[in-house]
Amino acid sequence: MTINNIWVFAQANGDVPTTGTLELLAKARSIGASVTAFVGGDATAIAGALGEHGATKVYATGDLAGKLSGPAVSGAMKAVIDGGDMPNVIMFPQNYEGRDIMSRLSVKLDRTVLTNNTDIAESADGVIATTPIFGGNSLVATAFTGSGPHLVSFRPKSFVAESAGGAAAPVVAAPIPDLGIAGSAKVLAVHVEASSGPKLDEAAIVVSGGRGLGEAGKYTLVEELATLLKGAPGASRAIVDAGWVPYSYQVGQTGKVVKPTVYIAAGISGATQHMVGMKGSKNIIAINKDKEAPIFGVADLGIVGDVHKVLPQLIELLKSRG
Amino acid sequence: MVSGWVKALRIGNNGGMNIVVCVKQIPDPATPGALDSATNALKRDGKLILDESDGYGVEMALQLVTTAGSGEVSVVSMAPNGEMSGMRTALAMGAVKGVLVSDPALAGSDALTTAKVLAAAIQKMGPVDLIIGATESSDGYTGTVPEQIAELLGMPSITFAKKVEVSGTTLKVDRQSEAGYDEVECQLPALISVTAGVVEPRYPSFKGIMAAKSKPVETFTASDLGVTATGWAGAGQKIVSVTQAEARQAGEVVEDDGTAFEKIVTYLENLKVI
Repeated sequence: MTINNIWVFAQANGDVPTTGTLELLAKARSIGASVTAFVGGDATAIAGALGEHGATKVYATGDLAGKLSGPAVSGAMKAVIDGGDMPNVIMFPQNYEGRDIMSRLSVKLDRTVLTNNTDIAESADGVIATTPIFGGNSLVATAFTGSGPHLVSFRPKSFVAESAGGAAAPVVAAPIPDLGIAGSAKVLAVHVEASSGPKLDEAAIVVSGGRGLGEAGKYTLVEELATLLKGAPGASRAIVDAGWVPYSYQVGQTGKVVKPTVYIAAGISGATQHMVGMKGSKNIIAINKDKEAPIFGVADLGIVGDVHKVLPQLIELLKSRG
Repeated sequence: MVSGWVKALRIGNNGGMNIVVCVKQIPDPATPGALDSATNALKRDGKLILDESDGYGVEMALQLVTTAGSGEVSVVSMAPNGEMSGMRTALAMGAVKGVLVSDPALAGSDALTTAKVLAAAIQKMGPVDLIIGATESSDGYTGTVPEQIAELLGMPSITFAKKVEVSGTTLKVDRQSEAGYDEVECQLPALISVTAGVVEPRYPSFKGIMAAKSKPVETFTASDLGVTATGWAGAGQKIVSVTQAEARQAGEVVEDDGTAFEKIVTYLENLKVI
């Protein structure tokens, strides 16, 4: 099968397409003959940038008027497909809107979905998406069987955004059809939270500190690293009980259960009560002086070393990268 | 057809708050996961436990019924080998009954087939005001099943709920967003997926564990539910290969020789998180 027609669900922050959108467009134009961006909302302001990054057509639903994008955008996509524009592949970002839309669309089209991918390619087996499992230990390549459209989502940073120098793409209206009861949920208010970092149990990256930090003052290393990684700082029960940080920081059986993409345990030995709260993390990095520490039993990458040396070096290097 | 069922639910509702929680029973995350060498699917042949992610949904449901004053919480699950030990945990927490769909024909089913099975099972469960799922399972984390169920049942849905309130037949949810959260409202019946941390799941009491053993669990096969094209054959996908990740340093323990920080940065780069 040749990918003649590939769509990308495109999102914007104000008047600028999101980085994730541009990443998907870059990949789309490398595998598809013709790239279309599909926007849930008004596309006037971003059609130029979408064209520059490889879209030769932009579908736009127009203002969602408080409707959730899941039913609304999937409904609009289905209407365009029913109208005769049949994509081979539709790429979605692995995020709230992308997941809702592809889920609803999969039912409308009776097509499977492949989520959490980091790559896509064409092969003799058809269109293949790749996803890392077991903490990135193994890569699973899954082929779509049957006919398209193939619905596939990708983790952020799977591809590199790159301008293609294309002209502004023409915008074609893709109105939202009548959604019935299924589309009746309404957004009443939008709250933008001060970006003091993500919440502990929602962060993609969590950096936690334990007794190995030695003293309360050294916890700033954990906070600084978490900030640099756009993650959240956490803690073992030992240092919460010791009063170094508030209870809200605690990861473990009696604290928060986290399962971020990456969990970094700094100076944490790995008591069972802590492990219960973090062993669901997709990837675990542990830094501890004691090479017998149980935390190394669950770590994908274990560093036997002094957190007082490793953390400042790590922070310095990340800072220098900007 | 489907919206007729939703309407029937409203008429059939006796005033209590009836909630169905979709729960997944998964291999214990404490033991390392493994793939079946023949199918490359995750091995699920051992004892299965309640996915921790679903503890939040069960707790949320119990609290909403308590607030409503009447009604009940039921759980529905699809699992191999008639496995119900994970579902018993939800029953021990306070759910009153369960429905299990177990059928060798379902092995290898994709997320859409799973959603079709659960949606069909829920339709057999009588009047439902609210369906609750987790945002994603802890073993496969496809993360689409709840929203697919809502679409199959023609229901409104609000995913990634971090705060849930019901007053009368109105559901109000704070829904996690990239920038913060949105206040979203719809009428029941509806479906929500709840984030970890939306409530603090209770531990089953000894009394609850004992009571759970005698709570009714009805079992169905795929054909009982009229769901065809299941399993490997019905999945619109096929695993073609499993390979070791490139430049992989997983499970590696190294002594810091002064350059371990560079190893961490490389690891993070390979995961595409920096």
